[in-house]
Amino acid sequence: MIKFNEEHEWVKVEDDTAIIGISNYAIKQLGDITFLELPEIDSEIEEGESVAFIESVKAASDIYAPVSGLVTEINEDLLDTPELLNKDAENVWIFKVKLSDVAELDSLLDGDSYAKYVNTL
Amino acid sequence: MPYTPHTKSDIKEMLDVIGLEKESDLFDSVPAELKVGHMNLPDGLDEFTTFSKFKKLAAKNVTDKVMFLGGGYYDHIVPSAVDALSGRSEFYTAYTPYQAEASQGTLQVLYEYQSLICELTGMEISNASMYDGATALAEAALMAVRISRRNKILIDAGVNETYIKVVQTYLKFRDIEVEVIDMSSDKTDFSKVEEKIDNTVAAYLFQNPNFFGTVQDFTSIINKLHENKALAVMSAYPVSLGMLKDPGSLGVDIVSADGQCLGNYLSFGGPSFGMIATRQEYIRNLPGRIIGKTLDKDANEMFVLTMQAREQHIRRQRATSNICSNQNLLALRSTIFLSLIGRDGLSKMAQLCFDKSEYLKSQLSQIDGLTICNSAPTFNEFVIETKLSADDFLSQLSKLGFYAGINLSNLYDNSKNRVLISVTEKRTKEELDEFVKAVGGVL
Repeated sequence: MIKFNEEHEWVKVEDDTAIIGISNYAIKQLGDITFLELPEIDSEIEEGESVAFIESVKAASDIYAPVSGLVTEINEDLLDTPELLNKDAENVWIFKVKLSDVAELDSLLDGDSYAKYVNTL
Repeated sequence: MPYTPHTKSDIKEMLDVIGLEKESDLFDSVPAELKVGHMNLPDGLDEFTTFSKFKKLAAKNVTDKVMFLGGGYYDHIVPSAVDALSGRSEFYTAYTPYQAEASQGTLQVLYEYQSLICELTGMEISNASMYDGATALAEAALMAVRISRRNKILIDAGVNETYIKVVQTYLKFRDIEVEVIDMSSDKTDFSKVEEKIDNTVAAYLFQNPNFFGTVQDFTSIINKLHENKALAVMSAYPVSLGMLKDPGSLGVDIVSADGQCLGNYLSFGGPSFGMIATRQEYIRNLPGRIIGKTLDKDANEMFVLTMQAREQHIRRQRATSNICSNQNLLALRSTIFLSLIGRDGLSKMAQLCFDKSEYLKSQLSQIDGLTICNSAPTFNEFVIETKLSADDFLSQLSKLGFYAGINLSNLYDNSKNRVLISVTEKRTKEELDEFVKAVGGVL
C-alpha cells in the first residue's frame, strides 16, 4: 500500500524497506523537473530531516525523509533524466530506506486521507 | 531636508508603541563603557573647502616610488582604453543589476568574462565574479565541502597568509576542520601533504606560484587527492597563466584567483574582484551569479541569469553562498583588458614579468650580504634575505625612492631579515639597475 506524508512524499513498504518518492500533486506544483540531488547511500537519515533536493523550472525544494533508517539505494537514472518524474511520479522511486522504526509508518496518511489533505491546500 | 523621512511625531508615535521615552533608550542594553559618547565632530564644510582640504591630504600620498610590492596585488600596466570603455554609461555599474535581463549589454560582457576565465584557467565553467581572491578561495573550500560531503580542509602554508585567515574565518562556525600544513622552506613538502590525504579530506588548498613566488608541479598531490575522491583547489595568479600550465590541465577541480592584476589599479589595496572556475559537473555547487546564453521567443540570441536555484533568493538558507551579486565593474575591466591584450599579449606579459624578475634576481644575488631564499624556480616574485633587518632595509630603500618589497618579518617566524620582491612588465631595465645599485649601497 502506498502512504503519504504532508510534505508530499510517498512511501511503499516491501519487507523492512521503505521505497520513497514524490506525489503527483507535488510534481504538478513544481512543473518541469530539471535536477535532483539524492541522499548518500549508507547514510542514516531521520524522519523529518531534509535529505534530498529537487529543482524545477519554477522552484527549488527540499525532500524530507518520511521515515527514519539507512539509505540503501538511490535511483541514479534520475540524475540524468529527472524529467521521468513528470511522467508518472508515483511510480518512479527516488530512494530506498531500511526502516529503523516501523511504528513511524502509522503516522503516515493513506491515499484517501492524503487526497483530502491536498484538497485543503 | 533630513536624511530620514521620520518626523519628530513619527518617532514619538513609534516610541509610544514600544513604551520608550527617547531614542537613546533603544540602546540601554549596550553597556555604558562600550558607548562612544560625544564624538566631538567638527561642523560640516562647504564643497569648495572640502575639496581643497582633501586635495592637500591626497598630496601626502606617495605614488611615484618604484614599486616592487606584490604578494597578491601587482603593479601591472592598465591600458587607457580600459578606463575609457569601462567608464561608458552603458557599462558603468557596480553589480549585476536588478531585472538583469533588461541589461543585455552587461550580461553579454559577463558571459564573455566567464568564457575568458574558462580559457585562462582551462576550466569548464566560471561564475560572474566574486569579491576578491581571498573570499573566492574560501568559497572554493565551502564548495569542496558540499561536493565531497566531507568536512576537513587542508591548506598549504604557501598560500597567502591573509587568504588563509579569511578561509579560517569563513569556515570557523561551519563545523569544518581546517588544517594548515606547514612548510620548512619556500617549497611545499609533497610527502608531508600526501601523508595527510585520506578519504576524510574534502580538499587541499594550494597556491601556485606560492606566496614566496616559488613554482612547483603539484601533479602527484593532485593524483593522490583524486585517488581519495578529494578535490584539488588552486589559488592562481592570472598573469602567470600566460606562461604556466593551466590549472585545468593540471587536474585541478576548482580554481580561484584575485583579478586585480588584469586591468585594475592597486588603489591602495582595493577594490578588486575574485574569480572562481570549476568543472561542469560541479555547476550546481558553484556560488554566485552565472550568466547563460539562450534564445528569446523570436529565436534571437540573448543572455540570462541562470542556475538561480543555487542562490539565496530561491534556495534560502540552503543556498550555495550568501553572495548575491558580483564585482561587475572590475570584472568588466578585466574582460576589456583580456580582450585588448589577447592570448599572445598575456603570454608576452607573463614572459616579461618572468624575464625581468630573473634579471633582477641574478643581479641582486651578486651583492654581498644578500641571499635569494627560493630553492626552486620562481615566476615574478622571490624572497631575499639581507644582513639588515627587513624594517631597516625597507625604510632605507624607501628614502631612495623604492618600495622594495613586502616585509616578511611581520608574517613569518625566522624571517626578520626577509623581504618578498615582485617584478612586473612595468619595471624598466633602468629602474632595475638603479634598484640594484641602491640595494648594493645600503648593504
